[in-house]
Amino acid sequence: MPEPALIDEVDRALIDHLQGGFPICEEPYAAVAGWLGIGEAELLERLERLLATRVLTRFGPMFQVEQMGGAFVLAAMAVPAADWQRVRALVDSLPEVAHNYRRESERQSPFNMWFVLATESEEGIAAALRRIEEGSGLPVFAFPKRREYFVEMKLAVRQ
Amino acid sequence: MSRRLDDIDRRLVLATQDGLPLVPRPYHQLAAQIGIAPSEVMERLLRMLARGVIRRIGAVPNHYAIGYTANGMSVWDVPDEAIDELGARVGELDFVTHCYHRPRRLPEWPYNLFAMVHGGSRDEVLRKVGEIARLLGPACRAHDVLFSTEILKKTGLRIGG
Repeated sequence: MPEPALIDEVDRALIDHLQGGFPICEEPYAAVAGWLGIGEAELLERLERLLATRVLTRFGPMFQVEQMGGAFVLAAMAVPAADWQRVRALVDSLPEVAHNYRRESERQSPFNMWFVLATESEEGIAAALRRIEEGSGLPVFAFPKRREYFVEMKLAVRQ
Repeated sequence: MSRRLDDIDRRLVLATQDGLPLVPRPYHQLAAQIGIAPSEVMERLLRMLARGVIRRIGAVPNHYAIGYTANGMSVWDVPDEAIDELGARVGELDFVTHCYHRPRRLPEWPYNLFAMVHGGSRDEVLRKVGEIARLLGPACRAHDVLFSTEILKKTGLRIGG
């Protein structure tokens, strides 16, 4: 696991603030910089650094693909250690795979690779699942959401 | 129900899926790239926000980098007839960032309620998972926690050009 990155107070305030809504106006960075009490150029430099050092994985609009007629599906595989690198390379190589995590279960569940497929159409999901199954020779278990009770990925910076 | 994007919205998605330009007037830059007026870029983004095509515009931190070194996907087997009520209550807990009803995959996977829990350590996550267990009480027939041990890929949505 990577160590928590070194970030200062201003970075912290910036990250907390930018997890909320970013303004849509002519000069949005100037507006946010004013709120944080720093200059616009400094805000842009800090954002560039936080993205370059991967403290932020992304900055921009968060799209909800289902609202565009597309689909977003969680899927899992039980990948034996001997096949791990090969299967990981295959799964990560698909543009439809938005993220992929290695997970280990507290109760010996065999599913150790968990990824999310995001595609522009429903059919795209089935095609991607088929390619992974055929390419890996292993079954893929899809967990499409039946209902969403809560989603709010905002975490206050700690340390 | 299909809600396809029109061509200009689609070009806006393509132009911003790697991120918003880091320049003083990002919406003007997008406008120049796409060949429409800056006011139209802003109107379209506001409309996509209102329609839920865009959840929000903002930053996505790497959880590890901001102190959340433990991320546990807690999964629960609860009766289907009670899941909506239970899911809503679990989703209200302040440490749960995502909460969904998903299908079981028997026999390998008996769990139908998924709740993501973030914390500074596995122990902290397990304590929070314990709170969920108490909330669910006897309605929970089995549960598990799957900790992420490595981010293999994290790019977010990519649609084709």
